[in-house]
Amino acid sequence: MNKDKTRGKAKIKKIISIVIALIILGFTAAMFIMPIVLTVTNSFMTKSEITANYGKIFSEEGSSAVSSYIADKVNLKIIPDKVSFGQYITVLIKSPQYLLKFWNSVIYVIPIVIFQIIVALGASYSFARYKGKFRNTMFFIYIALMLMPYQVTLVPNYLVADWMDILNTRWSVILPGIFSPFAVFILTKTMQRIPSSIVEAAKIDGANEWKIFRKVFVPMSKNAIYSVAILLFMDYWNMVEQPLIMLQNNEDMHPLSVYLSKINAGEIGLAFAVAAIYMVLPLLLFLYSEDRVLEGIASSSAIKG
Amino acid sequence: MIKKVKSELKRRKPVSFENRDKTSTMPFMIPSIAGFMLFFLIPFFIVLYYSFIDNPINQEFVAFDNYISLLRNHAFMLSLKNTLIFSVIAVPLAVIIPLILALFLENNIPGKSIFRTALISPLVVPVASVILIWQVVFHYNGVINVFLDSVGIEAVDWFKSDFSRLVVVMLFLWKNTGYNMVLFMAALANIPLDVKEAALIDGVGPIRRFFRIKLNFMSSSIFFVTILSLINSFKVFREVYLLTGDYPYEGLYMLQHYINNTFRSLDYQKLSAAAVIICIIITAIIALLFVIDNKLGSSVDE
Repeated sequence: MNKDKTRGKAKIKKIISIVIALIILGFTAAMFIMPIVLTVTNSFMTKSEITANYGKIFSEEGSSAVSSYIADKVNLKIIPDKVSFGQYITVLIKSPQYLLKFWNSVIYVIPIVIFQIIVALGASYSFARYKGKFRNTMFFIYIALMLMPYQVTLVPNYLVADWMDILNTRWSVILPGIFSPFAVFILTKTMQRIPSSIVEAAKIDGANEWKIFRKVFVPMSKNAIYSVAILLFMDYWNMVEQPLIMLQNNEDMHPLSVYLSKINAGEIGLAFAVAAIYMVLPLLLFLYSEDRVLEGIASSSAIKG
Repeated sequence: MIKKVKSELKRRKPVSFENRDKTSTMPFMIPSIAGFMLFFLIPFFIVLYYSFIDNPINQEFVAFDNYISLLRNHAFMLSLKNTLIFSVIAVPLAVIIPLILALFLENNIPGKSIFRTALISPLVVPVASVILIWQVVFHYNGVINVFLDSVGIEAVDWFKSDFSRLVVVMLFLWKNTGYNMVLFMAALANIPLDVKEAALIDGVGPIRRFFRIKLNFMSSSIFFVTILSLINSFKVFREVYLLTGDYPYEGLYMLQHYINNTFRSLDYQKLSAAAVIICIIITAIIALLFVIDNKLGSSVDE
């Protein structure tokens, strides 16, 4: 009798706690995806609807949108009145400058991701296979630098780029990106978990270092490589600080992640489509390989130990 | 005889292998070390050197003059103050909110993976992509003020008043909660099952269970998330810049704004001194957190 009562009580308690969790999680999750959803749905509005809804915000100069109707009050709509691909057509066909900025982003991100990982694989192999005073110190410096914000690292980067005479060229963004330590850190931590017995076995079979590296360590770090690639891609796809400093006098080479914020009042009719195009790639990549992203993030906490 | 060979092998093996490993794995790290030295380490020492001279042409040693003039510089101190204020507000929230969400997600809730995906998704979306929506919502003529107006509250200038800090904190949390939550979820998953079960059998309530047991096991991940959020809070320039451009409201003028504007005047000595000061501040904060963590974490061995 008594037992039943407490069990019933516990059950009710459990249900209540689940309901509370559902409400809190549901509310937060809705808030979190709202900006993403709104950007996508708004990208299917017609230019006149955008101007009508948001004209009050984006046309402060007042001149650019005189001819079209502007609502008195801003009207944030989730679902467009009329679904239209007009914005996309304008972006993709009539306004090449956005596509060029998009290409700039691709041109920065792809080589940085690929070469940072290739360079890091070698260093990680070396760090993981042999521990000595020099390597321990170097690894510690890598981590310390990984933790430093751009305010600290960009000044040295800039000095070198200036000395090499590559300021305002793509190289000034790509080269420091390639030698950034993030991939070294994650891949070293991964390779350190590969048991030394495997190395011994490979050696007995007559494998040299290059073979052990290529046939044992790289394949065994495949998952981590994949995670790092995705995290790096997302990070550099979103970069702002480096181009602002390194490409100060060459705005044509800015990536879309910087250029998007400079869309002016006259172009508001296509801004949502540009924003949506820019986030689709990392978003799909994430949804496609969510588990790998989570693994990658979780492994980044290995900093202590 | 065999014994002798064996003991001989035992004696020699580790030494010879170690030496071989040392030299034979060396070439693998040359590209990385060379690039790292060239782009980061050596120029950092040059930065350190520049911070003690009057200018790169004259190169006269001026001791701490650059630092002193920087500490007397209104713009620098303002940006430092703003960045620190932002960190003080944002970092605790960026630790507590993801921790609560991770604890909720630990329960068996219907639709768990959908919630998880939704909460993490801002992490992968470029900030520049959602800035438009943020502006529509918080602009002086924006959604929130329209709403406030309709309920009879006076409109607030969200970008050009002290409320702007709040807006940036929200954007920061929007962007960073997912990452921290994933770290906490990983830490929660690593708590040994028998510990959780023992606590359940003992009938410890969920809140006490958290403070007595989970918090102990999670102390090192809480520590890590704190460091990470602190570093990320120094990077909030990105959000501020995308929202409000080069010259934001005074309260949003961040360290990186100062650095960017100093780059324009190419004042290397000031830039170098600023970089060194920020480096020292970050190092000091991280060292402090390590000390705190060592004191707290000594009771639980990982």
